Amino acid sequence: MSLLAEVTGSIGSIGYGLAAIGPGVGIGIIFGQGVQAIARQPEAYGVIRQNMILGFALAEALALIGFVAPFVFGV
Amino acid sequence: MSADVVVASGGLDCHLLSGCGFPAPGAEIFMFDEIASFTIGNLEFGITKVTVLLFLCVFLILGFFIYAFRSPKLVPRGAQNVGEMGYLFIRDGISRDIIGKDGDRFVPYLMSFFFLVWLSNFMGIVPFAQIPVTSIFAIPVAFALIVYVTWVPLGVYKQGFGGYFKGMLFPPGVPKAMYVLLTPLEFLSNLIVRPATHAIRLFANMFAGHLLIATFSIAAFYLLSASVIGILGSAASFTVAVALTGFEALIQFLQAYIFTLLTAVYISGALHQEH
Repeated sequence: MSLLAEVTGSIGSIGYGLAAIGPGVGIGIIFGQGVQAIARQPEAYGVIRQNMILGFALAEALALIGFVAPFVFGV
Repeated sequence: MSADVVVASGGLDCHLLSGCGFPAPGAEIFMFDEIASFTIGNLEFGITKVTVLLFLCVFLILGFFIYAFRSPKLVPRGAQNVGEMGYLFIRDGISRDIIGKDGDRFVPYLMSFFFLVWLSNFMGIVPFAQIPVTSIFAIPVAFALIVYVTWVPLGVYKQGFGGYFKGMLFPPGVPKAMYVLLTPLEFLSNLIVRPATHAIRLFANMFAGHLLIATFSIAAFYLLSASVIGILGSAASFTVAVALTGFEALIQFLQAYIFTLLTAVYISGALHQEH
């Protein structure tokens, strides 16, 4: 089989870059909307912050799995 | 970063102009030599720096709270004040908000987790310790497993085996045909992915943070050479390493908070039927 194109070098870092797109967008939305919600209703700060951090943790896990995967599966 | 890390990843002679490439740190900076080892039955136990730090964390927390509450006064002073602040932070900030009034029984449980996770994370920026205990995967796995074997039996005990798993796997208010798709997904997300991400989130955060600090510290050492660009680059790397240490202190607290928050969410789901 003849290769048309090949990528060599640190492919894991490219993979992590791709894996970080989705969580990056997600975390941006979570905190953006969270700050907006706090601005609209400052008295609900405690509840909003808690749910914001919860959502942030769930979205962030994806990026972190992407970070760890190259170490687990090797180069 | 500690000297053994620098030596482990390139040696002291490795600088910018000496012809060797950047010795980027990898997973090997999380592996420590055994200090001692012993065998009980067929099980081999290797004691490393991380084990020592973990026990240090446990004894520090035990010691502090026993000292703080040794003879509790109605009007708290000194250490008791700090201990009560920690207690109220967990009770009012996490337990009452998420679980409700009947969660007060779980406050000691949540509090143990919060302070143990926080202090083990904090070991990452303590001079000479300089390894977050939770960045060794076995330790967050053990924490998450303890949480897992708490909330699953708790749910079965509170809601009955059938009721609990029916509520979890067959959420009400959904068309019957959807259960074909929904039930396997709910099973996967509640019973398998949930404990896995609970452990991985804590581990990966600490792992990534430690690796970042190590990378910039080694870069500061590596770039240091007798040239303008070397000195400027080294100073910049060192500054970033210091800034990242401050950032890590924030992340360490946040991750301990998130770990405890999620524990409370899981316990709350086991105590009350989901609506």
